[in-house]
Amino acid sequence: MYVAVKGGEAAIANAHRLLAEARRGDPAVPDLAADQIAEQLGLLVDRVMTEGSLHDRGLAALALKQARGDLVEAVFLVRAYRTTLARFGASEPVDTGAMAVRRRISATYKDLPGGQVLGPTFDYTHRLIDFGLAAGSDPAPAAEAEAEPQADAGVTARVTDLLGRDGLIEPSPRDAGAPVGDLTREPIDFPADRAVRLQALARGDEGFVLALAYSTQRGYGRTHPFVGEIRFGEVAVEFVPEELGFPVPLGTLALTECQMVNQFHGSAEAPPQFTRGYGLAFGQSERKAMAMALVDRALRAEELGEPVTAPAQDQEFVLAHCDALQATGFVEHLKLPHYVDFQAELELVRRLRAEHAAGRRDAAEGRPDDAPDAGQDAADGRQDAAAGRQEAAA
Amino acid sequence: MGAGSGSIALARGFADPVHDAQGIFRAVMEALARPGTVQPLPVALAPPAPLTPALAGIALALADPDAPLWLDAALAGDPAVAAFLRFHTGAAVVDDPAAAAFALVADPAACPDLAAFAQGTPAYPDRSTTLVLAVERVSAAGAPGPGGCALRLDGPGIRGTARLAAAPLPRDFAARLAHNRARFPQGVDLLLAGPGSVAGLPRSTRAAPADPAPPEG
Amino acid sequence: MTAPRQADPGYNFAYLDEGTKRMIRRAILKAVAIPGYQVPFASREMPMPYGWGTGGVQVTAAILGRADVLKVIDQGSDDTTNAVSIRAFFARTAGVAVTTRTADATVIQTRHRIPEAPLHAGQVLVYQVPIPEPLRFLEPRETETRQLHALAEYGLMHVKLYEDIARHGHIATTYAYPVEVAGRYVMDPSPTPKFDNPKMDDCPALQLFGAGREKRIYAVPPHTRVRSLDFEDHPFRVQRFARPCALCGAGDVYLDEVLLDDAGGRMFVCSDTDHCEGRRQAAGDAR
Repeated sequence: MYVAVKGGEAAIANAHRLLAEARRGDPAVPDLAADQIAEQLGLLVDRVMTEGSLHDRGLAALALKQARGDLVEAVFLVRAYRTTLARFGASEPVDTGAMAVRRRISATYKDLPGGQVLGPTFDYTHRLIDFGLAAGSDPAPAAEAEAEPQADAGVTARVTDLLGRDGLIEPSPRDAGAPVGDLTREPIDFPADRAVRLQALARGDEGFVLALAYSTQRGYGRTHPFVGEIRFGEVAVEFVPEELGFPVPLGTLALTECQMVNQFHGSAEAPPQFTRGYGLAFGQSERKAMAMALVDRALRAEELGEPVTAPAQDQEFVLAHCDALQATGFVEHLKLPHYVDFQAELELVRRLRAEHAAGRRDAAEGRPDDAPDAGQDAADGRQDAAAGRQEAAA
Repeated sequence: MGAGSGSIALARGFADPVHDAQGIFRAVMEALARPGTVQPLPVALAPPAPLTPALAGIALALADPDAPLWLDAALAGDPAVAAFLRFHTGAAVVDDPAAAAFALVADPAACPDLAAFAQGTPAYPDRSTTLVLAVERVSAAGAPGPGGCALRLDGPGIRGTARLAAAPLPRDFAARLAHNRARFPQGVDLLLAGPGSVAGLPRSTRAAPADPAPPEG
Repeated sequence: MTAPRQADPGYNFAYLDEGTKRMIRRAILKAVAIPGYQVPFASREMPMPYGWGTGGVQVTAAILGRADVLKVIDQGSDDTTNAVSIRAFFARTAGVAVTTRTADATVIQTRHRIPEAPLHAGQVLVYQVPIPEPLRFLEPRETETRQLHALAEYGLMHVKLYEDIARHGHIATTYAYPVEVAGRYVMDPSPTPKFDNPKMDDCPALQLFGAGREKRIYAVPPHTRVRSLDFEDHPFRVQRFARPCALCGAGDVYLDEVLLDDAGGRMFVCSDTDHCEGRRQAAGDAR
């Protein structure tokens, strides 16, 4: 005799115990410490912080450990934690012009004030597996630059500022002091302004944003991009407490900024100028910052009077689908039980099939169509027969 | 915060902010979901007059920095009222009734035209004001008493028709509600907050004047 | 019923902070006042995935009080894994009493079903909603569907249903069957089978709908007209099952089909497990 399924609670608890064991893996292998992840899987930690919208290396590393290295799951843990945090206010805008640059490259000029600084990069490495790493060999110490006295040490002018001085590129939007939307506190209202779009892209799944960016290079919303500059380094974060009225330094954080120089525009009134696309991410997240800058520019199509024809230019499409947590949640929810809906569809398909069969039979025998209910009865009859067989077997 | 600190002495807020707010919200939700019923409204507040405990309770439960308040002339007349509300809710107190999420009305007979408040837009009818009117009496069965109105109600939340009587209210209250209903799905929602009780008149309710005396039985 | 217990002191009551609750509560009040209209709300990231009931959980968390008795069902059953998980979440963070008995519950959170037992005044039914926009699969753009609702322009939906009839001889929508609420807004009832649609009409309980990922809340007040869209020559009809429940014998309920072997063996049993158990218990008592 069939008995209705029970015992979900115990099954869930057992599955979670099994998960904990699987996460730990072979106990003979030393446990992975969160600081090892933070130090040695730093780019992964950067990505979790960027998509998790929370700058906390230790927490991101711990989330990665708990998530068994599942990146989206780690982002999920960080985001769910972030929602519970109290907010004391908003920092002052960070000044990336004053960034302590560790890497800074431009594709638009051979040389420029501040120079090209390669910094720690995979660029120009030969992608050959380093079997020495398996043996745990330590790297040779990095080369040290000779101290180079600079007039304005610490300030590396942005390429876009240099272009802007000559009016060759559109000015960066002025900070009008207007409140900046926060997509984690208000539902997005379409059309969304650029600040909200940039938030969505910064939090967006790197793979999705990358693919969209790539599509613009292949003709789906072309933007004629040049990498004006990519810079990575530390910026200072300052906060103005209401009771003090002046900025107080909170510390520094590492950022990657990408300024794309794009398709020029001009009209009878305004001389031609290059346009901008902007990307910013926590840590060293170069691919993300570049992809974000390309998509940002593509999403400005309407503002700049360009036809909106490609997916990367369509803000409802991009913003509604770029978030990995929303996407993964809804895709993965398909594994939840849906048998009630499926039963409803089964019943309809059985009925339609019975009507179809009856229709063919009638056509063969030259009879007029029966009422639809005849089909219903036929389907019911088949269910009866099936259930009857079962009862006989029980 | 005591009087000795140099600022105005403030009456206390909720004793149990989490559960007091929840209790008031549920009463308000039930009131709007079932127009024509009077829901018990448990409030233990002693706000500065003419702010009534019921108005204060609803404001403390629902207003905050994202939901500005508008005060009628009677409430705006005493700065202690705005100070109490600002301190306990963090909400802005606005002069423009159309900018308010909640409008608190201590003198309902002098309530401005409902069209003066935010009506929402055709695409976003929810961007509208909820008015909270302090009444002395509100009942589903009784007579309204002097200065009051009796209404016959129907619409969502009501099985058949319902009756509601309250005082004081503007003499033409039923006509004002009819105008408000005519703007549906735009319009305002109203709460009638009496001592220890609340009734709701959402914009979906159709109201007509009822006989002042309730039917027998 | 499991009695109330001490809530986890590490979290605010029912998990959400008070500011978030106020924001959701204000949205609920608007939803109740404009039946069937989808109120945008600033849905939070919850400690469970989008698509797994975050909207329903936020609505439940915003309305729940210490005196409430909570029931959670998924596919009609209290014992499906996601229902168990959500019930455990509230038992932990709010410490409220939980039950599987429909009649005893004050708040019922559901996914995909409306209980078979009639609901009563004072109860709140909270639906988990994946896609709140009934027009979404006809018009993917939010900017467009918002205008269609503003103008009460629902011709698209009728065209879709009529195309079904032309192709299949029937309206081919079997769940998430669109309804018109109080004569104004067309609403998605969430993916409940259309079998449950008539229960929404003139229901004595308050029905609240939460869509977390899509950031919308909507409502049907008690005793509100909820009409399933149809045509004069093709009136709305619910699914019928040829046989009663194989466990309790109920003939007027929605059934799950259970496969028993790989030779076509199957049986049909109540989807609403509490209803089925109650009937079997009553039958046992009578014997």
